[in-house]
Amino acid sequence: MTAATLTRRPGLAKLRAASGRSPLHLACLVVVGLVVLAALVGPWITPHDPNSAELGSALAGPSGEHLLGADVAGRDTLSRLIAGARTSLLGPLGVVVFSTVAGIAVGMVAAWRGGWVDSLLSRSTELVFAFPGVLLAILVIAMYGEGLIAPVAALGVAYVPYVSRLTRSLVLAERARPYVSAYQVQGHSALQICLRHILPNIAPVVLAQSAVNFGYALMDLAGLSFLGLGVPPLTPDWGRMVFDGQTAVQYGYPLSAILPCVLVVLTVVAFNVVGERWADRVARRDK
Amino acid sequence: MSVASLLGFGRFALRRLVEMVFTLLVASFAVFGAMYLAPGSPASFLLSGRSASPQALAAINARYHLDDPFALRYVRWLGDVVQGDFGRSLTYRTDVSRLLADRLPTTLMLVGMALVVVVVVGLLLGRVAAVRGGAVDSAVLVATTLAIGTPSFVAAVLLQGLFAVQLGWFPSSGAGDGFWDMVFHLTLPAVALALYLIGLLARVTRTAMLEALDSEHVTVARSRGVPERLVIRRHVLRNSLGTLLTTGGLIVSTLLVCTVLVETAFSIGGIGQLLELSTSTKDFPTVQAVSLLIVGIFMAVNLLVDLVLPLVDPRITLGTRSAAA
Repeated sequence: MTAATLTRRPGLAKLRAASGRSPLHLACLVVVGLVVLAALVGPWITPHDPNSAELGSALAGPSGEHLLGADVAGRDTLSRLIAGARTSLLGPLGVVVFSTVAGIAVGMVAAWRGGWVDSLLSRSTELVFAFPGVLLAILVIAMYGEGLIAPVAALGVAYVPYVSRLTRSLVLAERARPYVSAYQVQGHSALQICLRHILPNIAPVVLAQSAVNFGYALMDLAGLSFLGLGVPPLTPDWGRMVFDGQTAVQYGYPLSAILPCVLVVLTVVAFNVVGERWADRVARRDK
Repeated sequence: MSVASLLGFGRFALRRLVEMVFTLLVASFAVFGAMYLAPGSPASFLLSGRSASPQALAAINARYHLDDPFALRYVRWLGDVVQGDFGRSLTYRTDVSRLLADRLPTTLMLVGMALVVVVVVGLLLGRVAAVRGGAVDSAVLVATTLAIGTPSFVAAVLLQGLFAVQLGWFPSSGAGDGFWDMVFHLTLPAVALALYLIGLLARVTRTAMLEALDSEHVTVARSRGVPERLVIRRHVLRNSLGTLLTTGGLIVSTLLVCTVLVETAFSIGGIGQLLELSTSTKDFPTVQAVSLLIVGIFMAVNLLVDLVLPLVDPRITLGTRSAAA
């Protein structure tokens, strides 16, 4: 039951099984580690100020001065990539934290209370499903203007159903187990049983789902930044860098746009593979 | 189909239709109400920061009936929307429905082309991976892992840089005129749009087919000496059709949303680009209309899938879907 309800991309299991301690998984762990490290210490290790524009070196190719070249405004690409890791990861992190906390709350209440509360909550989450995340984010941006907070909040809401549906089915399964009735007989309150005893039991599966959601959220937010609707103009951010570099691509200087593209793909793939593997392991242990 | 089951199907279809209309109502309320949640008064919002004389303000209030109660305004707006009137665009100074009518064909063409690519390539890859196994399977898995990690805008920029700018094989922007010119112009965008979903569909197909390949009726068919091609077509593919259909809604909604990114990247004048432009200029009637349109199409496709599913797969009782991947 618990394993089957995990929403995950099918097919990765074989890749893992085939390669044992797969080098792919190891490589992905390294990528995740590097990107997180860059997000943590990025501003202190950039070779140049990511925002200092030297028009003289605009669209410069890779050289000793600019290892990965410079963009249209002459800003050092390597520095912007490193500094951009923070914004590019902070957004998805916000989405995942919000959707996980809210999703667990909604799913738990729905499963525990049952009855009309359950149908009301389940119906509302179905409604949210009708709005694709990016569309919801665009609606909110149209209201509140560009920025990082509005789309993160919108995507956070849009991702709640994925977590709440999973949580609901997990809690329903846990409720039927004897330890819950034992605590009920002993007079523990519902809140106490849910938070102290059920939550730790379902947490690994829910967190694995959230890790998978992280990759999706990163893609969505980078897309919004690419539209110029996400982070403010000067912020170093991978999606925004692609947006800034698009005109340069048309003139045949694709480097400043392609490098952030590559980083987005690498990061999303790495988080997906690591998340899937985690989901698999947790699900297997649960059986 | 017996009369009783036909009646049952009719009742099921009606119930799903009513459900969809209700969901659409709630969605329309959310889309309409969103405008009034925005900071500032609706009038200043409509003026998008420009200062206006009291007369102009009064004119706007009268034009959009802003002095009426909220519920009345919503009902009036909804009445117009049902008749296909989405109001006037604030930036284009024309009826939003005209804008939509002008741009929808381009987007439908793009989405249609992408859908064909997704279905053909996705099914083929999934099928090959499931049937061949071994190295082919692993190669497909690596490819689909990459495809699923590639956002459509990244695919768009990379394809544009390589095939349009560097190699010059395809035009780098615009939608072209006339059917074949449009196909030519929309090839790269369609591929960019399709890439992620090819990965997804190939995965789903592979899993569904592996499941079917494992079942007893396939073993029986093989032991009876049915040729492998027929086994795959009649007993494996047909069995996985239900699972594949349930991803239909997800595929279409992803295509529609990602057209915003791809049309912007390739400067294609469809409704996706319209949504991007109207969002950055705060042209709210247009944003409302395009959002409702996308949600509406998504729900219609889901309804269609729900209705077709029991016809394709008789094992499915009405209203229960096999879990979508």
